[in-house]
Amino acid sequence: MTKVKSQSLHKRQSKLAEAQNQMEFLSNGLFANGELPTFAEKIKKSNQFPLRPQKLEILQINVGYMCNQVCEHCHVDAGPDRKEIMTRETMQQCLDVIKTTGAHTLDLTGGAPEMNPDFRWFVEEASKAGVKDFIVRSNLTIMVSNKKYFDLPEFFKKYNIHIVSSMPHWTKGKTDKQRGEGVFDASIKALKMLNEVGYGMPDNPLKLDLVYNPSGAFLPSDQASMEKDFKKALLEDFGIHFHNLFALTNLPISRFLDFLIASDNYEDYMYNLVEAFNPAAVANVMCTNTLSVSWDGWLYDCDFNQMLELKVASKVKHISEYNETELNDRNIIISQHCYGCTAGAGSSCQGTVA
Amino acid sequence: MTYYDPKDLRKFGNITDWSETLGTKFFDYYGKVFEEGALSAREKSLIALAVAHTELCPYCIDAYTQDGLQRGITKEEMMEAVHVGAAIKSGASLVHGVMMMNKVNKLEG
Repeated sequence: MTKVKSQSLHKRQSKLAEAQNQMEFLSNGLFANGELPTFAEKIKKSNQFPLRPQKLEILQINVGYMCNQVCEHCHVDAGPDRKEIMTRETMQQCLDVIKTTGAHTLDLTGGAPEMNPDFRWFVEEASKAGVKDFIVRSNLTIMVSNKKYFDLPEFFKKYNIHIVSSMPHWTKGKTDKQRGEGVFDASIKALKMLNEVGYGMPDNPLKLDLVYNPSGAFLPSDQASMEKDFKKALLEDFGIHFHNLFALTNLPISRFLDFLIASDNYEDYMYNLVEAFNPAAVANVMCTNTLSVSWDGWLYDCDFNQMLELKVASKVKHISEYNETELNDRNIIISQHCYGCTAGAGSSCQGTVA
Repeated sequence: MTYYDPKDLRKFGNITDWSETLGTKFFDYYGKVFEEGALSAREKSLIALAVAHTELCPYCIDAYTQDGLQRGITKEEMMEAVHVGAAIKSGASLVHGVMMMNKVNKLEG
């Protein structure tokens, strides 16, 4: 059994639960007094301002903020107490777009997307559109949390879903510290279930990738060497296989921002992000090829902007009025949190970018 | 009041300001040393952490604790590395006891 770590910022009625307060915090202090350059100033220096979209490749749909876990670093502030869930009506609007979009990847996320009561219907319908890569971001533990989810590996296999799952470390201590007591053991169990149906096995096309994000106020190391360490440890200790590891940087928003402030790490972390700024990562940052759709159908440049309630700077702002040509002709909204995606080798939902 | 300010670590790169050639040569050398080679970058990070402790360098401890975490090194591995450094440091003191013994034996005949 997994045990939730704490409550969401929303449930705790924390000031930082409000996107506007997060934005204010990120714009003041170090960045207001000139100690550090704002993200806009930084990319102006490298002639990359304003940030503009390239060809749309990924449509990322957040089907709800409800989750069976309350992870320490969660940028969604997800948890069992979050009631924001995409309705079938909004899903239908998304399906209309999926059928016509030029994007080759559909990426479902949450919360735990599987907790949306219409999740399976949505997957079945969306799979008919024939997208090249259909991703579901699963937290793994959901598959062993209740018997109604036990058949998820078979369900995913049936629709050739590409599974992307979080795993902050190959040891129990670090994983449970970030994601809650019992999460490591439950994740291992779920990974074995996925391996059993073929997911993640060498030469098997059923894709299983893991996402690593640091379990504290530090940046991720080199993705390739982390992948080597993860593969060795998970295979030797548990006989588990997976395909690729994506190393992600924690962005200073929501619960991770709350953690940075409470642990007195905020200033050092922002310095680290700014010092690690890499213009090459800006060129391929995920907001340039992705659109993010919220549970209620609004459109954002990325999942992080969604959580900060920064809707796209376009006449078209909602999935019901979707127009890809119009949306591609927009400036991407940026702020200091964007330093998280441009540090070092860069960070995106698909791993490093530079 | 302390002579050490954690924020000074951020200014380490400014060493090149007053001697660009030497400073740059040092940082080039430093960067090269920590690249993957016959030893992995992970192994080098643990050596650096152990030496940071024997040298009692707060900046280095700060930097290589963070570097270790970034590389996924566990706290148990880090502590073992610190003990390796501490063992060599104490052994280095203790082995001088042989000098003391030699001197006693010589003086007492």
